[in-house]
Amino acid sequence: MSINQEFKPKIVAFCCNWCSYAGADLAGGSRLSYPADVKIIRVPCSCRVNPMFILRAFERGADGVIICGCHPGDCHYSTGNYYARRRMTLLFSMLDYLGIERERTRVEWVSAAEGVKFSTTMNEFVSAVRELGPNRRLGDLRCKD
Amino acid sequence: MNGIGVFVCHCGSNIAATVDVKKVVEMAKLEPGVVHAEEYQYMCSEAGQERIAKAIREKNLSGVVVCSCSPRMHETTFRKCAEKAGLNPYMVEIANLREQCSWVHKDINEGTEKAVILTRAAIAKVSLNTSLVAGESGVTKRALVIGGGIAGIQTALDIADAGYEVDIVEKTPSIGGKMAQLDKTFPTLDCSACILTPKMVDAAAHEKINIYSYSEVEKVSGFVGDFTVDIRKKARYVDMNKCTGCGACMEKCPSKKALSEFNSGLSNRPAIYTPFAQAIPNVPVIDPSQCLKLKNDKCGLCARVCQAGAIDYKQEDEIVTRKYGAIVVATGFEVIKLDNYDEYAYSQSKDVITSLELERIMNAAGPTKGHLERLSDGKAPKNIVFIQCVGSRCADNKGKSYCSKICCMYTAKHAILIRDKYPDVNVTVFYIDVRTPGKNFDEFYRRAVEEYGVNYVKGQVGKVTPEPNGKLTVHGVDLLDNKQLKVEADMVVLAAAIEPSPEVRSIATMLTASIDTNNFITEAHPKLRPVESPTAGVFLSGVCQGPKDIPETVSQAGAAAVKVIGLLAKDKLLTNPCTAKADELLCNGCSACANVCPYGAISYEDKLINDHGIKKTHRVAVVNSALCQGCGACTVACPSGVMDLQGFSNRQIIAEVDAICR
Ligand SMILES: Cc1cc2nc3c(=O)[nH]c(=O)nc-3n(C[C@H](O)[C@H](O)[C@H](O)COP(=O)(O)OP(=O)(O)OC[C@H]3O[C@@H](n4cnc5c(N)ncnc54)[C@H](O)[C@@H]3O)c2cc1C
Ligand code: SF4
Ligand code: SF4
Repeated sequence: MSINQEFKPKIVAFCCNWCSYAGADLAGGSRLSYPADVKIIRVPCSCRVNPMFILRAFERGADGVIICGCHPGDCHYSTGNYYARRRMTLLFSMLDYLGIERERTRVEWVSAAEGVKFSTTMNEFVSAVRELGPNRRLGDLRCKD
Repeated sequence: MNGIGVFVCHCGSNIAATVDVKKVVEMAKLEPGVVHAEEYQYMCSEAGQERIAKAIREKNLSGVVVCSCSPRMHETTFRKCAEKAGLNPYMVEIANLREQCSWVHKDINEGTEKAVILTRAAIAKVSLNTSLVAGESGVTKRALVIGGGIAGIQTALDIADAGYEVDIVEKTPSIGGKMAQLDKTFPTLDCSACILTPKMVDAAAHEKINIYSYSEVEKVSGFVGDFTVDIRKKARYVDMNKCTGCGACMEKCPSKKALSEFNSGLSNRPAIYTPFAQAIPNVPVIDPSQCLKLKNDKCGLCARVCQAGAIDYKQEDEIVTRKYGAIVVATGFEVIKLDNYDEYAYSQSKDVITSLELERIMNAAGPTKGHLERLSDGKAPKNIVFIQCVGSRCADNKGKSYCSKICCMYTAKHAILIRDKYPDVNVTVFYIDVRTPGKNFDEFYRRAVEEYGVNYVKGQVGKVTPEPNGKLTVHGVDLLDNKQLKVEADMVVLAAAIEPSPEVRSIATMLTASIDTNNFITEAHPKLRPVESPTAGVFLSGVCQGPKDIPETVSQAGAAAVKVIGLLAKDKLLTNPCTAKADELLCNGCSACANVCPYGAISYEDKLINDHGIKKTHRVAVVNSALCQGCGACTVACPSGVMDLQGFSNRQIIAEVDAICR
């Protein structure tokens, strides 16, 4: 218990520029807090997220990776989030097979108007990852000092 | 890389209160490639920008990281600043230390630690940035306005007056919107039609305005400056060019059972109709669900009485395709359905009505010719109860969470109009709060109370019960006297909430504009860009963006027009240079990328490729940078990993991942 409390997970959040990144900005503007463990990488669209980026994150010691995009039907580029959803479903089941728990990966739709949803999603996600403890699976030993 | 400069902004105390700015500077200096780092109170100020420019010039910087507010706020500012100082604008990256750090983390240690990491990631990214040059695209000098209410009409007039062509697409047979249905308008009580009709006429007569009434937008493609839109002109069964608007057909039509939409269903209309006398265009439409000829090939009377020979039962829907530089959404609102509010007996009693229905009843052209009477028995009411906030300001999921904003004022208007015309009618208003924050609004409400003796009761109504004697009993509470109340009424008027027009969802999807949880269209910035949508070239006018009264709608409509004019006045637009690019050496022309591109931006060409001295011809993907919008779908689809996105390249994103996980 106490170990989990002190454990500060490394969380990478890929957010699409048009919806989720704006949703995160709105969470900020509304002062809706979430753990500082979350670091956002801005991508034009959730479909820009290459599975390679997620593997890389876990390899470099990330404890959780979340991809946020526009709601189905609302993608700025019409269909990008559908590609993201399909690709991630495949990738996540493969990661699960490799022993990276399902709770460490997530796809979430957050619109530009959903500051509240952004903050609650991040709170939930981080506490789920904290619960699991550090990720020791895919970590590349050569990257550890 | 000559070296990277890092500029950390305090944003007054916005960032500096929860981020140790000095520490961020100190840590940034340790990062590889960084040759300069400094902090300043307000980087976006003129003095702040001058510091950046000076460092670029003096230290010959090859990359800049500004640690400040969101890039959505000031990325363009800092890019311009870099460009002026001689650095390619795309050599600038922003670390979002305000919206995504200092504002959400209260602990200064946590905030600082995260700020250092975000800065590190931006430095890692910028060291891999490449100079990019924006392309140019043309601007079609014509605007589309979707929705012909007062918002759409005003926007169209303002754009047209500046000399640009405007098309209005209105789904109903006439422009005018809800304002055409109103009787008098607060706070001045001038007649709605008297101030609206001249504007409708102006729009119709304007040489630059083209009205597609009884039409809907079916498909939108393209992007800012160059949208292509398919408009479905629904079959009217009346030839617009021949009809003289005499109205003989409507008089003679034997099918008169349809409910008049204009009179909120309180009266009937013929199968061939114009919604109201001042309709524009003044050309009727035939409602195919009601017309005896179209339904079972009987009747045909209107064709016989029409002297102009305008009736055409064979007319079909027509699709017109038009090009636009800008699109304005002005789809307005509807009053909510009251299915969830059966406690107010709306479905059980004809004498429980909505405020919009009351507008029609009070109107001289309405179902009762302007006489205030009960719809059940035609008797004059003696006691009227108004219930405010029906479906607005609901904490539960039953209604809307927002305030509909206009109801307090129109209820005061109704109360005044009734007490003025029928001084012996008692008017009681149940309210939660009376909200009157507009010019001359509170004065107006006070007149209702002080001058017209309207009985305002603070409290909610639990139930309305129809009595056997035809009266209604209103069960409410008086919160100020802390007692239960039972009021006998002859008529109950519900100030029902308003909600965005139901089609706004499909419109938003077509335009890739976002909508909020209540289906109102989202503005690009809630304070600073209230009439623009986040999608370039798409603008917002009227209630589709949020509840508004007429004065507010008209000002917003003008503001939207100014934004459109600003866009149409340009001959060229700069395009986003962050487009996809294939590595021709490695591409094998498999077509995986073209299959996912939503813009058809990828084609294939046989090219002579020089592979380390060996020349051979093979099929490679070529991205049309004018069409590519830079989503990046293709980059992930490519099985060989040769398609990459400039500005968000694989190496740049991986560098960010590494910097965050370090
Ligand atoms: C009972 C009541 C009383 C009111 N009294 C007052 C008052 O006294 N004073 C005042 O200032 N305000 C009053 N208002 C508010 C006023 O009605 C609005 O501010 C105003 O009508 C907003 O104009 P709009 O053009 O945004 O929307 P609308 O009037 O709703 O116009 C939208 C138009 O777009 C069309 N449209 C919708 N969807 C599509 C689509 N998909 N394609 C094409 N066209 C479409 C609609 O048919 C309509 O013509 C009152 C409102 C109500 C309900
Ligand atoms: S009778 Fe003919 S001309 Fe007259 S309104 Fe009807 S369609 Fe138009
Ligand atoms: S980045 Fe998107 S728009 Fe550009 S070519 Fe690739 S798939 Fe098409």
